[in-house]
Amino acid sequence: MSGMNAEVKEVLAKPIFRNNPIALQILGICSALAVTSNLKVTIVMCLALTSVTAFSNLFVSMIRNYIPNSIRMIAQMVVIASLVIVVDQILRAYAYEISKQLSVFVGLIITNCIVMGRAEAYAMKNPPMMSFLDGIGNGLGYSAMLLSVGFIRELFGSGSLFGFEILPLVTNGGWYQSNGLLLLPPSAFFVIGMLIWALRTWKKDQVEAAEFKLAPNSKKEAI
Amino acid sequence: MSLRNVLDKMEPHFHKGGKYEKWYALYEAVDTIFYTPGQVTKSNAHVRDVIDLKRMMIMVWLCTFPAMFYGMYNVGNQALTAIAGGATLPANWHGALISALSGLSVDSTWDCFIYGAVYFIPVYAVTFIVGGFWEVLFAMKRGHEVNEGFFVTSVLFALTLPPAVPLWQVALGISFGVVVAKEVFGGTGKNFLNPALAGRAFLFFAYPAQMSGDAIWTAVDGFSGATPLSLAAAGGVQAITDAGITWGNAFVGHIQGSMGEVSTLAILIGGLFIMYAKIAAWRIVAGVFIGMTAMATLFNLIGSDTNPMFAVPFYWHLVLGGFAFGMIFMATDPVSASMTNTGKWFFGALIGVMCVLIRVVNPAFPEGMMLAILFGNLFAPLIDYFVVQANIKRRVLRNGC
Repeated sequence: MSGMNAEVKEVLAKPIFRNNPIALQILGICSALAVTSNLKVTIVMCLALTSVTAFSNLFVSMIRNYIPNSIRMIAQMVVIASLVIVVDQILRAYAYEISKQLSVFVGLIITNCIVMGRAEAYAMKNPPMMSFLDGIGNGLGYSAMLLSVGFIRELFGSGSLFGFEILPLVTNGGWYQSNGLLLLPPSAFFVIGMLIWALRTWKKDQVEAAEFKLAPNSKKEAI
Repeated sequence: MSLRNVLDKMEPHFHKGGKYEKWYALYEAVDTIFYTPGQVTKSNAHVRDVIDLKRMMIMVWLCTFPAMFYGMYNVGNQALTAIAGGATLPANWHGALISALSGLSVDSTWDCFIYGAVYFIPVYAVTFIVGGFWEVLFAMKRGHEVNEGFFVTSVLFALTLPPAVPLWQVALGISFGVVVAKEVFGGTGKNFLNPALAGRAFLFFAYPAQMSGDAIWTAVDGFSGATPLSLAAAGGVQAITDAGITWGNAFVGHIQGSMGEVSTLAILIGGLFIMYAKIAAWRIVAGVFIGMTAMATLFNLIGSDTNPMFAVPFYWHLVLGGFAFGMIFMATDPVSASMTNTGKWFFGALIGVMCVLIRVVNPAFPEGMMLAILFGNLFAPLIDYFVVQANIKRRVLRNGC
């Protein structure tokens, strides 16, 4: 049973730092740019994506032996699309304001490479429970990245976290001059880039092989 | 003991295994300021010339001086004119320093100059210290030489800022320009964007209140005045001349604007020299000018009842905003521009066209030169690719292989 536990742990924890879907595989960037200017919205998006990935993995894995190979993509798509519709409807029913802010991005979970990628790469070859956990693990990896980006963008872009003021803004009589660039989607590119830089400084094995090497500035040895 | 001997005696400590191995970049930087580099090409198939990157960059740096000095004078002149008209000296350390150093007479060139210097020199110093820190840090970490391109980047960045920009924003902007636009791609020579402009663009989008609008261009309290370009956006050339600004004023630089961009005349003086010295590519400058002229004339011909910018002729576009400064100093950056001669024409024309397009058609940005050049930078490698491919095709046809 301990072997089983180790595997569960591996499946859940690996995507967070060691094989992060955004930082290492560079998947699902669009939503990371679009929904991270405000942590409340970010968290809902993370929950939505995690549940869709987990359940699509579960269902795809359940029917994996019955899907004809030539139309497996379409079958996976149908499962994912149904789940996205369910999530979208739930959000509209219980969190209408946030659902409005997320607008098309909930619907676009269907095109998120992470969901499709996990169904194709993991769920098609593994039993349902493990596939489900793999979906949760990848959702966690996605969430870890998105929440970090959202944290930085909301804190420095509007001086608040979850809408509560942390850094008092100049416009409200405080001292913090908010950085307007961080509220624009392109800033997430820089933030994600910096996070990847930090992650790869910490975990050197993720660094890609250099394409070339700079010549040393001095070939001489000290006397 | 001569300086050469002093340097030679120190040198071994900076090589591998020496006490100061990490500081080699700084040693090298000092050494090559006084002497040409010791490593020279030995084979004979090379052009040998004393001009290296360091001399080139310092020449560009010197060529910004007319624009810089006129800019300082103009900052003071604009501010003192506003003070004579009822505005007040800013109640901060700038104001205190100005009252300590000079009078407030608008007729005195010296007073104007000191007023501007009190604003420009701190901005430049912060740019240089903060940017230089990153530059040296990356050089030490990576084990390559400090690059003199930073001399140019720092002065160009400082000159494109409005006078009263907060110094912490200057530090943030140059950090972004040097680290994100240049060093993460591998340093000078591998950056595809102009670092000075990337830093400015960062500030422009991050802190629009300090980088655009009507209140920031004159460094006094209680004064607000639109730049000629904003006037033109609202009412065409008519609005500019109504405000008492002639084409001559704008050409000499007697207008509001960023510190170094106002005087087209001073910029052209520096520009002619770097073009004569073949440091800046005249093809790019000509391309930008032709692109701008063509696009402006096209808009003049189309005409518009609702947008007065359509009617602004090309010779006004030339003297307003950052066009001249961008054309001479920014677009010609040898790293981020096109490399091929034909490519330089297209690269320049693209910038000229885009600049006028943004100025005239986009209501959100009165000034388009910064964005146009960054846009051009992105296309420079593609333009070069097509030029090289066309040349290969032509030669294949000619030699028939």
